[in-house]
Amino acid sequence: MNDGSASEPTPEELEAMSREEKMLSGSEADGVHIVHRRERFPVPGTRAEKRAERQVASLFLLTFVGAIAFMVCYIVVPWRFKLGDNNGYKWFTPVLGICLGVTLLGIGCGAVLWAKKLMPEEEVVQERHDGPSTEYDRQTTGATIVQGVVDTGIGRRKLLTRSLGLGAGAFGLMALFPIIGGLIRKPRGELDSTAWAKGVRLVQLDGTPVRPGDMEPGSLATVFPNTPGGKTASDTPTMLIRLRPDVKFVPRKGQEGFRWGDYVALSKICTHLGCPVSLYEQQTNRILCPCHQSQFDVLQDGKPVFGPATRPLPQLPITVDNEGYFIARSDYIEPVGPAFWERKNP
Amino acid sequence: MTDTASRARQRGGTPPVRRKGKPSPLAQAGIEVDERLPYAKGTRSLLNKVFPDHWSFMLGEIALYSFIILLLTGTYLTFFFDASMGEVKYNGSYTPLRGIDMSQAYASTLKISFDVRGGLIMRQIHHWAALLFVAAMLVHMLRVFFTGAFRKPRETNWLIGSTLLMLGIVEGFIGYGLPDDLLSGTGLRITEGIIQSTPIVGTWLAFLIFGGEFPGTEIVGRFYILHVLLIPGIILALIAVHIALVTVQKHTQFPGPGRTENNVIGERALPTYGAKATGFFMIVFGVLALLGGLFQINPIWLYGPYNPSQVSAGSQPDWYFGAFDGIVRLWPAWETRFPDYTIPAAFWAVQIPTIVIVGMIFYPMIERKLTKDNAHHNLLQRPRDVPVRTGIGVMGLLFYGVLVASGGNDVIADKFDISLNAMTWIGRIGLIVLPPIGYWVTYRICLGLQMHDREVLEHGIETGIIKRLPSGEFIEVHQPLGPVDSHGHGQLQYAGSPVPKKMNTFGGVGRRMIGFFRPVAELPRPAEHGEAEGQRELAGSGSTTGSSSDSGTESSEH
Repeated sequence: MNDGSASEPTPEELEAMSREEKMLSGSEADGVHIVHRRERFPVPGTRAEKRAERQVASLFLLTFVGAIAFMVCYIVVPWRFKLGDNNGYKWFTPVLGICLGVTLLGIGCGAVLWAKKLMPEEEVVQERHDGPSTEYDRQTTGATIVQGVVDTGIGRRKLLTRSLGLGAGAFGLMALFPIIGGLIRKPRGELDSTAWAKGVRLVQLDGTPVRPGDMEPGSLATVFPNTPGGKTASDTPTMLIRLRPDVKFVPRKGQEGFRWGDYVALSKICTHLGCPVSLYEQQTNRILCPCHQSQFDVLQDGKPVFGPATRPLPQLPITVDNEGYFIARSDYIEPVGPAFWERKNP
Repeated sequence: MTDTASRARQRGGTPPVRRKGKPSPLAQAGIEVDERLPYAKGTRSLLNKVFPDHWSFMLGEIALYSFIILLLTGTYLTFFFDASMGEVKYNGSYTPLRGIDMSQAYASTLKISFDVRGGLIMRQIHHWAALLFVAAMLVHMLRVFFTGAFRKPRETNWLIGSTLLMLGIVEGFIGYGLPDDLLSGTGLRITEGIIQSTPIVGTWLAFLIFGGEFPGTEIVGRFYILHVLLIPGIILALIAVHIALVTVQKHTQFPGPGRTENNVIGERALPTYGAKATGFFMIVFGVLALLGGLFQINPIWLYGPYNPSQVSAGSQPDWYFGAFDGIVRLWPAWETRFPDYTIPAAFWAVQIPTIVIVGMIFYPMIERKLTKDNAHHNLLQRPRDVPVRTGIGVMGLLFYGVLVASGGNDVIADKFDISLNAMTWIGRIGLIVLPPIGYWVTYRICLGLQMHDREVLEHGIETGIIKRLPSGEFIEVHQPLGPVDSHGHGQLQYAGSPVPKKMNTFGGVGRRMIGFFRPVAELPRPAEHGEAEGQRELAGSGSTTGSSSDSGTESSEH
C-alpha cells in the first residue's frame, strides 16, 4: 500500500538510531510524515500537567468504585419480583445500570482525556496513492487473464461451453429445490375458510357460551368458535354486537338475514392488515383499528368509512339454538382479514 | 514510549540508544512470531495509518460499537431464550401472569426478565443497542450523503453501507418479533398481511415463510436462527469489508490548509487515535448501560402473550419501522380488483418506500451519471456548496420524517388532542407537499450561505462597529480576512472550508484558556503553523477556521 521514497538505512545506521528516530524513519517508509509533534507539557511537573493527570486518574478510580459497587449491589440488592414491590426489587436493574454506566464511562472518558490532554499532540500527513494501477500492471494482468481463458479453449470449444452451461444451469436450478422445496406449503384454501361452521357455538375467551339476554344494548363481546384451537386462530375472532334499539341497521346486499334480532356478528380481523379491530365507539357505532386507524361503521354492516381499509368487515350469520345459545349458521361467506392475490371479486 | 524519547530530547538530554544484549521476553516473542509469519512491515503501516479528525466521523464508530455490544449481550440472551412456540402454562416469578397459557418463547423471555439475575438489564441494553445501531447507521449515512463522501472511488462502500442499514432494520425487526408477546405478534401479523399482498406469489410466499396460515408454529424458531446466525453473520462480513475498504481507500477529509486530494491529515492509530477510539467504545457502552438500566424498554410482561384477538392501543413498532408503518397508515383505500384476482392496497403502499430505498442505494451512480463527474474525490464538500444534492437530501429526510411521524399519528393525536382523521390527512398532504418545499428552501439557504461566504472573503467580517462618514453616511466597518487589493477587496479564494463570520471566531491559531472555572495557565501563541497566509495575519482569540479545528495548542505556563 505504502511506498515511502526514503531508502532504508544500513544496518550500522539502524544500530545508531534512537527509538524515536526509528519510529520516524518507519513512518516515512510508510509514506506518513509527522509534520508536527510536541509534548502537551514540554516542562514536566507543572500544575497544569498534574491537574490533567489527576483528572484522568480520578476517572479511572471512578471505574474502580463503579465496578466494586456493581458487584456489591448485584449481591445485596433484592432482585426477585414480588407483587406490590415492597422489597425494593424494582431498584435492582436501575442500580446495576448506574454502576455499569459509571464503570464504563469512567474508563472511557479517562482514556479519551488521556489522549487529549497527556499524549503528544501531533499533526501527521499521510500520502495517498490513489488512482488506477500502472499501465504495465493493467496490461500484463489483463493479458494473463485473457491468455489463461484462451488456453482453456473456452472460446473455441463450443461443445464444451454449451454442455457446461447446460449442466451448471441445471445444477443451479436444482440447488433451489431442496432449499425452497421443504419450505413450500401449498395454500389449500385456508384463507377462504375459518373454523366457523353451521351449529358452532359462540363462546367467549373463557369458554362461556352467550345467550341473547347476556348483553346490554350497545355493548360488544369478542366471541370465538367453540372448536379446538378456535381461540388462537388468526381468522376466527368475531365481535358480537348488540345494537341499540334506536339505530337503523343497513345490511349489505345478500346479508340481510345474517343478524339475529338486534345482534350482529362482525369479523374482528381488520380487512387491511389483520389487526384485531378493537376500539368500539358506542356513540357513533364505529369501530377503529388501532394499528392503522381504519374505521368501520357497524350500522352500515362494517363498511370502511376512513383509513386504508378497502373492504367491509365480513358478517357471520348467526342464530340461536334450542338451548338458547348463539350459534353460527355457517362459516363467513367471504375470506376474513387482509386481501390477497387469489381473492375473488364477485 | 516515544514520549520519553521526545521528552528527553526536548529537555536537552541525549536520546537513549538501544541497549545491546538480550531483547525483552515480549520482544523475543514478537521476533519468534515474525520469523514464522513476517508481520512487522504490515503492522507498522497499520499503526501509522492516519485518521483525520472531525466529530462527524465518529457516527460510523457508534454504529460499529453498538453492533459489538449487540453481539455480546445477544450471546448472553441465547443462554436462556427458548425459540419455541410450544404452549406452556406460565409458572415463573411474575405473579400476574401465572397460570396463563403462552408460548415457550414468551415464557423464556419472562424468565430472562424476572428469573435471571441481571437478565433484564442485559435484555434492555440489547434492545437499546439495537435502536442505537440503526440510528447511528442512518445518521452516518446522512453525513456521508451530505458531504459527498460517497463519490468515486467510494461508491462500493455506499452500496455496502446501504445494505448494512437494510439488514440492520430487518435484523432489528426480527429480534423484536422473537418474544412472541402481544406487541410483536401484532407486528408480525401486519408483516404477514403485507407479504400476503404481493401479487401472484403473495399467498405462497406468506405460507412459505410462516409454514402455513398465520401464526402457525414455526415462525419464532425460523426467525431465531436468522436473528442469531444468518443475518448477524452477513452483517459482520459486510462490516469487515466496509472497514477494509476504508483502510485501503483511506479516509476522506474536509478541505483545509495543507489538505489535498493526495494526502490525509490527522493523527496516527497509535497512540492518540487508538486511545480515543477505545475510550469512545467504552463511552458508547456506558451510555447504553445507563439507558438499559434506567429506561424501561419493551416491557413485554405488560403486553401479555400474543393472541390474534387482542391488541393494545397505541401499537407502535420500533422507531426504524415507523416509516413503513406510516406509509400503510397514510395510503388511501386504493385496491386493484380483477374478477378473480386482487392487488391489495398494502402492496401499492409499500412500493413507495421501496422506490425511495432503491433511489437511495443507487444515488452515487445516478449523481455520477447526471453530473458527468468521473474524478477521484477525497476531499469532502460542505452541504451548502452542492445545493441540489443537499436539497434532495432534505427532501428525502422530510419525506421520511412525515412517514415516521405518521407511524405514530395515533399517539400524536392522543397527546395533542387532534382528530385522528385530521392527522391522517395532514400526513397524506404533508408527504406530497413538504418535500418540494423543503427542497426549494434548502436550495435558497445554500445559495445564501455561499454568497455570504464569498461576501466575507471579499469585504471582510462585520465588526459591529458603525462609523459615520463626514458626509453623514453611516457604514459598518468590515475587517478584511487577508490582504486586500487597491479597491479594498479581499483576495482570498473560497477553498471549501468554513469562512470565519464573527470577530471572535476567526484566527484559528488563536489562544485558548486552560481550566474550566478559572484559567490555570495562559497560552503562548504557537510559533509556527501551516496556516493560510491571510488567516495568520489576524490573531483572534478563539478556535476555528475549521481548517485547523484543533490547532489551538495547549501548553503550560512558561
